[in-house]
Amino acid sequence: MSVAVFIFYLFAICTITGGLFTVISRNPVHSVLWLILAFLSSAGLFVLLGAEFVAMLLIIVYVGAVAVLFLFVVMMLDIDFAELKAEMAKYMPLALLIGVVLLMQLTMAFGSWEASAQAEGLRGAVTPTDTHNTAALGLIIYDQYFLIFQLSGLILLVAMVGAIVLTLRHRTDVKRQDVVAQMHRDPAKAMELKDVKPGQGL
Amino acid sequence: MYDFFTTTILGMGLTIVGQIFLLVIPLLLALAFLMYADRKIWAAVMMRRGPNVVGVFGLLQSFADFLKYIVKEVVFPAGADKAVFLMAPMVTLVMSLIAWAVIPFNDGWVLSEINVAILYVFAVSSLEVYGVIMGGWASNSKYPFLGSLRSAAQMISYEVSIGLIIIGIIISSGSMNFGDIVAAQDSDYGLLSWYWLPHFPMLILFFISALAETNRPPFDLPEAESELVAGYQVEYSSTPFLLFMIGELVAVVLMCALISLMFFGGWLSPIPGLPDGIFWMVSKMLLVFFFFSMVKAITPRYRYDQLMRIGWKIFLPLSLLWVVFVAFAAKFDWFWGLYARWTVGG
Repeated sequence: MSVAVFIFYLFAICTITGGLFTVISRNPVHSVLWLILAFLSSAGLFVLLGAEFVAMLLIIVYVGAVAVLFLFVVMMLDIDFAELKAEMAKYMPLALLIGVVLLMQLTMAFGSWEASAQAEGLRGAVTPTDTHNTAALGLIIYDQYFLIFQLSGLILLVAMVGAIVLTLRHRTDVKRQDVVAQMHRDPAKAMELKDVKPGQGL
Repeated sequence: MYDFFTTTILGMGLTIVGQIFLLVIPLLLALAFLMYADRKIWAAVMMRRGPNVVGVFGLLQSFADFLKYIVKEVVFPAGADKAVFLMAPMVTLVMSLIAWAVIPFNDGWVLSEINVAILYVFAVSSLEVYGVIMGGWASNSKYPFLGSLRSAAQMISYEVSIGLIIIGIIISSGSMNFGDIVAAQDSDYGLLSWYWLPHFPMLILFFISALAETNRPPFDLPEAESELVAGYQVEYSSTPFLLFMIGELVAVVLMCALISLMFFGGWLSPIPGLPDGIFWMVSKMLLVFFFFSMVKAITPRYRYDQLMRIGWKIFLPLSLLWVVFVAFAAKFDWFWGLYARWTVGG
């Protein structure tokens, strides 16, 4: 067994273990941590494929940002495990139904899947040797598929704006902070010294 | 003998392990004295003496502290999640150490010469937040939890501007490899050709963001002693606490290395004619570390809402505008090609 093969199986086993424990672990925070393990090992698999740029993006975007937000939300949940189990029993049939339908669809799709004769060769030559895959990706995304890339960015932007619009409320009964006003306060006007005589008060 | 270390799997493995030790042991030793220097500078600004009892001038203070940390008892809080509780400091230390794999100290003196080195450092430093979050959550206590929430938000916010500043540097040098980035800053004008000059505003922004990213004062809100006791570290004692401390300091030194590589030309000599070498790299890192210490000594702590306002409303737009500016300047060759010094491709 060569080193690359050994490392491939190491990462593959880690990915599958991570995914499995994400689903079956009792504690949601542990689930997220296992999910992070799955992300990291799949990034390792990308590196083995020679796609180091995608691997780094996977870590930066999914582990560095998305999973942190997951963890953030899950950490603050106050979970009643008994209630959670009751809920799960209630939704089990529906979940099973969806699972079975998905499985059938995938079986049908892969059953009629026919790989082209050249596919094996194309898969073997993912990275041209004379160019870095970062540069190759950049040329493809920003030259060939520029419009599609920008459109997908636009869709994400619309989703973000929508989420903000849905959750933003302007409450009038809250005192808001005006930073500029705070910075330009005059200490002489903000405070007044009074000389209090003993036994008199103000 | 030579063949054994370059061809067989065992030999290559041994070589890699040897290289790692060659990097990590001097780094950790240097760290002990950097910690001492940090405290001495801090003390000097406040006109105190600082550590001066253990060893000559107190030079061995860090080693005494080290011994003190490891012989104490490890205390687990009741109701703590033991596995995650112990994993958190390890994650902090490991994440800050593995980033050094791609940091070159001289031309070619690097453990792993990869194309996406700068992205790798960025990715690893964005993982450091997990040590803080896990530590805060697993302690099962209110102060650590609040501290870790603050810290996570802070680190994510400042990562955004750090990422954008890095993009500016990448555009200017046309590569993500540190060797190429340093080579792009090489010219006959010595220190005038380094990126600190064309990217000067971003140097300041990067320095401040690095302070926030590594939880250094004035942005040490996660561990604000006066409000949160010590944030996410409250429940930690003994060796786990030590691991947190080392991890944080290694991250600070990593930021010093990043600043010297990206803005100050790494191992290039500032005066044309003098030889380049590891000496320059180390002195630049020490200089940046001196500024980190000075900032710690002379600035008061920021309020949390001020920190967030600076991060999202000032740093993010500024660095985003800078990326656009650098992109145009590099594309259309403005300013005598200061912004477009591609060593590879283009």
